[in-house]
Amino acid sequence: MGSSSSNLNTIPNSQELMQETGFSAAHLLRLYERFEFLDKDNKGHLRPEDFEAVQELSTNPIGDIIIGSFFSPGQETVDFPSFVRILAHFRPAEKNRTRDGAQPEPANSSTGKLKFAFQLYDRDRDGKISREELLQVLRAMLEMQVTEEQLESMAERAIQEADLDEDDAISFDEFKKSLEKVNIDHKMSIHFMK
Amino acid sequence: MLLLLLPAAAPADLCGTGSPGLGSSPPVLLLPQPGPEEFGAPGVASARSAAEEAAGPGEAEEDGAEHHHHHGGGFRVVQWEWNYVQTPYIIAIWLLVASVAKILFHFSQRFTTVVPESCMLILLGLVLGGIVLIANKKQLYQLDPALFFLFLLPTIVGDAGYFMPARLFFDNLGAILTYAVVGTLWNAFCTGFCLYAAKLLGIIGHHVQADLMDFLLFGALISAVDPVAVLAVFEEVHVNETLFIIVFGESLLNDAVTVVLYKVYISFVEVGGANVLTADYFKGVASFLIVSIGGTLVGLVFAVILGFVTRFTKKVRIIEPLFVFLLVYLAYLTAELFSLSAILSMTFCGIGANKYVEANISQKSRTTIKYTMKNLASIAETIIFIFLGISAVDKSKWAWDTGLVSCTLVFIFVFRAMGVVGQTWVLNRFRLVPLDKIDQVVMSYGGLRGAVAFALVVLLDGEQVKAKDYFVATTIVVVFFTVMFQGLTIKPLVKWLKVPRATNRKPTINEEIHERAFDHILTAVEDIAGLQGYHHWRDKWEQFDRNYLSKLLLRKSVYRKSELWEAYQKINIRDAISVIDQVGPSKKSIYLSIYISKKNFHLTLFATVLLVCSRRENGSGVCLDLQVIDNVPGSKVVEDMETHHVLAGNLYKPRKRSHYSRHFMPLGEKERQDREVFQRNMRIRMETYKSSRHKRHKKERSMKKVRQIHMSVVTKKNFQAALDVCQSPSAAPSSPPTEDSHLPWKGGVGLPPPCVSVEATKIIPVDLQQAWNQSISSLESVSSPPASTEPVHPRVSALSRLGGPRPASYTAPSTTVSSTTSIGAPAPQSSFCFPEKKKKKMQEEEEEEEEPGASQEMQPLMLPVRPPGLLPPPSPPLPPPGPGRRRNPCVYLRSLVAAPPPASGDLHSRRPTQL
Repeated sequence: MGSSSSNLNTIPNSQELMQETGFSAAHLLRLYERFEFLDKDNKGHLRPEDFEAVQELSTNPIGDIIIGSFFSPGQETVDFPSFVRILAHFRPAEKNRTRDGAQPEPANSSTGKLKFAFQLYDRDRDGKISREELLQVLRAMLEMQVTEEQLESMAERAIQEADLDEDDAISFDEFKKSLEKVNIDHKMSIHFMK
Repeated sequence: MLLLLLPAAAPADLCGTGSPGLGSSPPVLLLPQPGPEEFGAPGVASARSAAEEAAGPGEAEEDGAEHHHHHGGGFRVVQWEWNYVQTPYIIAIWLLVASVAKILFHFSQRFTTVVPESCMLILLGLVLGGIVLIANKKQLYQLDPALFFLFLLPTIVGDAGYFMPARLFFDNLGAILTYAVVGTLWNAFCTGFCLYAAKLLGIIGHHVQADLMDFLLFGALISAVDPVAVLAVFEEVHVNETLFIIVFGESLLNDAVTVVLYKVYISFVEVGGANVLTADYFKGVASFLIVSIGGTLVGLVFAVILGFVTRFTKKVRIIEPLFVFLLVYLAYLTAELFSLSAILSMTFCGIGANKYVEANISQKSRTTIKYTMKNLASIAETIIFIFLGISAVDKSKWAWDTGLVSCTLVFIFVFRAMGVVGQTWVLNRFRLVPLDKIDQVVMSYGGLRGAVAFALVVLLDGEQVKAKDYFVATTIVVVFFTVMFQGLTIKPLVKWLKVPRATNRKPTINEEIHERAFDHILTAVEDIAGLQGYHHWRDKWEQFDRNYLSKLLLRKSVYRKSELWEAYQKINIRDAISVIDQVGPSKKSIYLSIYISKKNFHLTLFATVLLVCSRRENGSGVCLDLQVIDNVPGSKVVEDMETHHVLAGNLYKPRKRSHYSRHFMPLGEKERQDREVFQRNMRIRMETYKSSRHKRHKKERSMKKVRQIHMSVVTKKNFQAALDVCQSPSAAPSSPPTEDSHLPWKGGVGLPPPCVSVEATKIIPVDLQQAWNQSISSLESVSSPPASTEPVHPRVSALSRLGGPRPASYTAPSTTVSSTTSIGAPAPQSSFCFPEKKKKKMQEEEEEEEEPGASQEMQPLMLPVRPPGLLPPPSPPLPPPGPGRRRNPCVYLRSLVAAPPPASGDLHSRRPTQL
């Protein structure tokens, strides 16, 4: 690990980042390499164009939405710590982590994962997935395969199903509730390789 | 030749299982007596003849000769043609016995929840075998390996493969393969070597003549977890899917390992352990690769063929299931032909083809395949277990050695546990969701051995393997121990360990949507993070599938369908079916029940279910809305009339002469009606409502596609009829336009062209539904205190009013309803519980309601001639909505209590303006 620890020094605040996100040094290093690879002109931050340069993302129906989620509202760039923090959502949850109540919910808890997914839908970040927002995602996912009418009926039904307080939108709690039977740890985790 | 069939079992069981114990002995005792009354009790006679036939060559000939003497000379009116029908007859009797046995087991509900069926079947087999043994002094049959491998096993594997949850399987493929290959090898070698060690140590008796190779061979065949046993036991235990798929997947995929090890050792035993060359070991490894990969490839090739063939069965729907069975079975046989792993081949054929076949074939074929496969698999399983029991009784094939038996039992259990723990430890470093200790316990304990091991051990050549009899006995004990003891105790164990159980829950639409989104998210994140992980490759595969495979294997009509949309429709259909199931076949009641059974009633549920007022799918909601809030009695009358109109005109066609066709399944009257309505509903949803009378031809064309997707064989004629109906009734030739104009939502839009009614359904619901929901919620919140005497569920009251258009027969529902008031409070699930009492009440009313309709049902209202009595006063122009007119005091009261919320007020005001 000699080489990696020497490289680790090039990453600003690496220790804090590791602490915060739970990534190991090797992971962090790998992500840093990736970050630098994406950051074509060594600006030290990524712009949406840098993400769009990733070939595979162009075939991903909701690629744009996901890229958007890397940028906090109003910001045009994402730096390495934010980049890592977002990816940290997808770290598999530790089975037996010791948590004291004071500690904030880690990003890779199932709530953290759900939060990330939720704000993918919730584009205007008002804490609710409106019918329009759901439709947008559905439209992107289904592409041209179904008619608008069908999309609407689907969105309608999804909202009807999840909407408990009948405000015609899905709040985070409702979102969480509608997915409570799903193994989020499983469905929203990636195996980060060394 | 199915010589294994047990002769006496048939009649013996038919009485024997009915009165277990000695009741069955008399017929059996008849068996040895010579005295073939030719026209005696057929069961006894058949059994007797079977006994004669099968009693070994010498005896059979003798008896046969004797038999023929009786036939000597002349023409006889009735002839005894046993030889002619023997084989199929015995098979049929066997199936009958097995099935009757199952029925009998399930008589006692409590018993079957404790004792797995497989245990019962083995016990039954033991009893039957014992009876035969007592009767004949000789056990005649046992599980014949050829029959097992060629017929019984494929039915089970085919079922398992075809209905394998593919996503789950591939998600866990790594773990499954590890357990199947490494685990089985580990078990085989360790068991073999340790048995050999035990033999050297003298624990196993000297009379067991076996050397290392024999023990390794035995270890190989005894170590593989058995798919039949695992399925039989685990299906009753309901552990969570991941656990199940790992154990079951392992049991399927270890086939390649078992086959190769078995064959390799057999050849080693034949040449003798000393003569084995080093090269032979490498050959063994090569053989393993060929057998497993070759088997998989054969399966995949057949999967492609199957998918491709079903693309073109549009005109011959009736043989679709046949293709599936044949090609899946051919995959198995072909793999056997090349001595590849047949189980692997069949499994992958099933997994691979499922997606495309299911998309291509009709709904009916899907159902047929499902039930036939389950049926066959169930029968095969039954026969296997019964025969295992019967075979165990056969003492001549046995040689008992306590040391061998106990050592084997201990070793397979210990090594299974060690293997599982070791492999899981390694696997957990790579798994996203690690398998915890409880999972490991269940996996170790669930390592059941079964009929495959038994068939393999029976196949051993007694000349080569001297200790065959010992091995047979040991295998039987092992199989019995694992299936009976472990099978019996695994359920309590799972309960005690609190293993997460499988939920029998189907995914909701939210889950479907979000999980797909998650997949995309993960893929994107992997791409962004530059990881070429599982999701990356899965996505690649899906693209390949979409771009090439699906194009090749799917019909054009289904090719463009989105999976999510399909899933959505499935959910709708399922809901619809559950609603129908809940309420029973009465159409009216379905119509009514929707209001009670769903709180947030779903537009699309309507679209699917609404058997009565299909055309008004959303409109009915509006109509209800009006009644709840505004209570327009006039609209009620009109609506009711309308209902009858739709019912009579669209659903009930003049009876046609039904003709028999071998190539097309004639649909039952009722079925056809349902189908039509169903199609119509789906069509309405799927079309963009642009349709109108003027675009009818265009619509018809586009609808043909739709028709294919849903539901089967509707003849052109029916379709046309359905289409007619699907337009508004005024589009239908002779339906009186007056009625439509009275319907509130139609009248509102105006009388103009007939297309409006279709348009109206589109326009109104989207906004009104919202309003309706809001009003409902506000109503509920007002009236939620349990002390309230009024019905909390507005739908209930609406319902009761729907049920009683005639004041005379109408009884206010407040008494029945008030009892349910407290449940009706805003708690979301409350609306789904559906009190018996209320339901009954409802149905009574419905029945009442249906009576007048019944007479007219056969008389299409579309015909110009109408029984006058059926028409409610044809032109009560819609009376102005006013509270004073309501018939239901409760609703009236409520509407007074609950000041109409803004939304409903909105609605209220909108309605009249439209009117």
